[in-house]
Amino acid sequence: MADIAIRNVVKRYGDTQVIHGISIDIAAGELIVIVGPSGCGKSTLLRMVAGLEVITEGEISIGGRVVNRLEPKDRNIAMVFQNYALYPHMSVFDNMAYGLKIAGRPKGEINERVQKAARMLELSELLDRRPRQLSGGQRQRVAMGRAIVRNPAVFLFDEPLSNLDAKLRVQMRLEIKQLQRSLATTSLYVTHDQVEAMTLADRLVVMNQGVAEQIDTPLEIYERPASTFVASFIGSPSMNFLPGEVDGDGTSIALAQGPRLRAMGQALGQHGGRSITLGVRPEHLAMVPEGEEDFHLQVGVVETLGADILVHGKLVEAGAAARQAKGEGGSGIIAARLPGSARVLEGERLPLKVASGLLHLFDPESGKRLVEV
Amino acid sequence: MHKKVTFGGFAFPLVLLLPQLAITFVFFLWPAAQALYQSVLRQDAFGLRTTFVGLDNFARLLNDPSYLASFKVTLVFSTSVTLTGLAVALLLACMADRVIKGSGAYKTLLIIPYAVAPAVAGVLWYFLFNPSIGILAYLVRGLGYNWNHQISGTDAMILVVIASVWKQISYNFLFFLAGLQAIPKSLIEAAAIDGAGPWKRFTSIIFPLLSPTTFFLLVVNVVYAFFETFGVIHATTSGGPGQATTILVYKVFTDGFVALNLGSSAAQSVILMLIVVLLTAVQFRYIERRVQY
Repeated sequence: MADIAIRNVVKRYGDTQVIHGISIDIAAGELIVIVGPSGCGKSTLLRMVAGLEVITEGEISIGGRVVNRLEPKDRNIAMVFQNYALYPHMSVFDNMAYGLKIAGRPKGEINERVQKAARMLELSELLDRRPRQLSGGQRQRVAMGRAIVRNPAVFLFDEPLSNLDAKLRVQMRLEIKQLQRSLATTSLYVTHDQVEAMTLADRLVVMNQGVAEQIDTPLEIYERPASTFVASFIGSPSMNFLPGEVDGDGTSIALAQGPRLRAMGQALGQHGGRSITLGVRPEHLAMVPEGEEDFHLQVGVVETLGADILVHGKLVEAGAAARQAKGEGGSGIIAARLPGSARVLEGERLPLKVASGLLHLFDPESGKRLVEV
Repeated sequence: MHKKVTFGGFAFPLVLLLPQLAITFVFFLWPAAQALYQSVLRQDAFGLRTTFVGLDNFARLLNDPSYLASFKVTLVFSTSVTLTGLAVALLLACMADRVIKGSGAYKTLLIIPYAVAPAVAGVLWYFLFNPSIGILAYLVRGLGYNWNHQISGTDAMILVVIASVWKQISYNFLFFLAGLQAIPKSLIEAAAIDGAGPWKRFTSIIFPLLSPTTFFLLVVNVVYAFFETFGVIHATTSGGPGQATTILVYKVFTDGFVALNLGSSAAQSVILMLIVVLLTAVQFRYIERRVQY
């Protein structure tokens, strides 16, 4: 167990800067997930912690020791790779024992530790096999086992589940979480899958274009995304964004498509008259009886998921006849997640209300969060 | 939709195959049969009479000390050429694999020797090591060794080995480089994290994973050393001094075409042919299942 401190870390390849100064403090035993779209620099950051990439600027310390200039082997870390990186010419046992053998541990101890890890991961029957004789899930476990036996201070995971099929991924996700909980080893986990990120993380780092946009607990990030990027990346389907303007007195928001959302509370007062981007999560829209709605949804497509239905459509003004969205007002295409019991027909006009207190306001220029509403 | 087209009958397919079959017949089957036939005949010194002697040519060869000596020379030569060639090429390939800037130029330069004809390669090294005018011979003398491959059998052997290795390194290098680049980087990184230093990574991960390539090159290089080095030897030492660099294939040439002992030369060809068959069989057997892990 060790804490990790990442301080103003910058990575440049020649003139191209890929990481623009990231700072993260990770407490001992914590599971931190770094999530972001491909190319955002999340793997590069992980590889800098591992010692596989040179740190251009800034400082990374593990357990209070600055590791910038240390070789990977001297950092007391273990890493699980996306392609598992198992040694194909060695048995499962030798794969797991490799690091211990190099460390010059006595045979008895190596055997004991490998057997223990194998029992934990249900690999005891497979120790004599070669990696190519294993299924994807088993290979994944061997990769985990190789990390565990060395009893490192830090686990690093580089998209370890992305080569597995959907069902196995859910199962392994749970196993990784349980394992991390029982070993209480500080872990850094990189993924592009927001569901994986939400379910695994103690705290989440959402990265975009080499910048950490937000670092917080999954729930906090879901409830109070710091920017439109974070808001759209976390949550599925993505948050709906609607351009609009706050009224002079700050009591309502006029959407570019026409509808007006009333009585937003006093918090809006300071933004009176200002252009904003309104964010509403699909699950925070509810079907209401005609007359109570904030706006109507001209239903385009309905996706049935069983427990829920996803309704995609175009926003139209409440009460008024369907009218053309204003040119500058964005597409007005939004999605709503409704209970599976709701019966919605394609082409129908659906009265919808926004759940109170669950709106997000962003600055349309910077995309930053404006205010709690 | 892909429809498989087949030709019925026997005559038409045969006509289509004829050019290839003709080449195989004229350049392989016919000479091979001729060699087999000659190997059981003996001609008198003036080529007036040819008599059938059965396996007597082979029996004489196997009791001939100079032939057995040639076997030994071949063994030393081909082992040296193969091992040195593989080791140097592997070293160069490992270095080229790490080069990022200018790797294209580096690789191109390393491939050039392959385009040089064997005889030219031989002459090149002959001049470099020439006892009177060779720059390398001069340098070696500077180190206190009196280099003279025209007198010393050992020096002559070293010379032909160097020339032959130099010629073959490009080929080995290309295969090793391809082999190295096929090893996933993450394996090396995983080993580095597991605590293996560069040398340990090479011996425990890289070299075992290269073993199919290495084995393939081993067979190819042995065949090369046995047969294709004729030009190198002919241009540098002509098998000398004495018989110090007369490998089997060179002896076939000197006995047959210089000494005109056709029966014995043919018998030697047949023995060489058997060796090729053996090597090819081994090669195919292992290339069939190249992945050994």
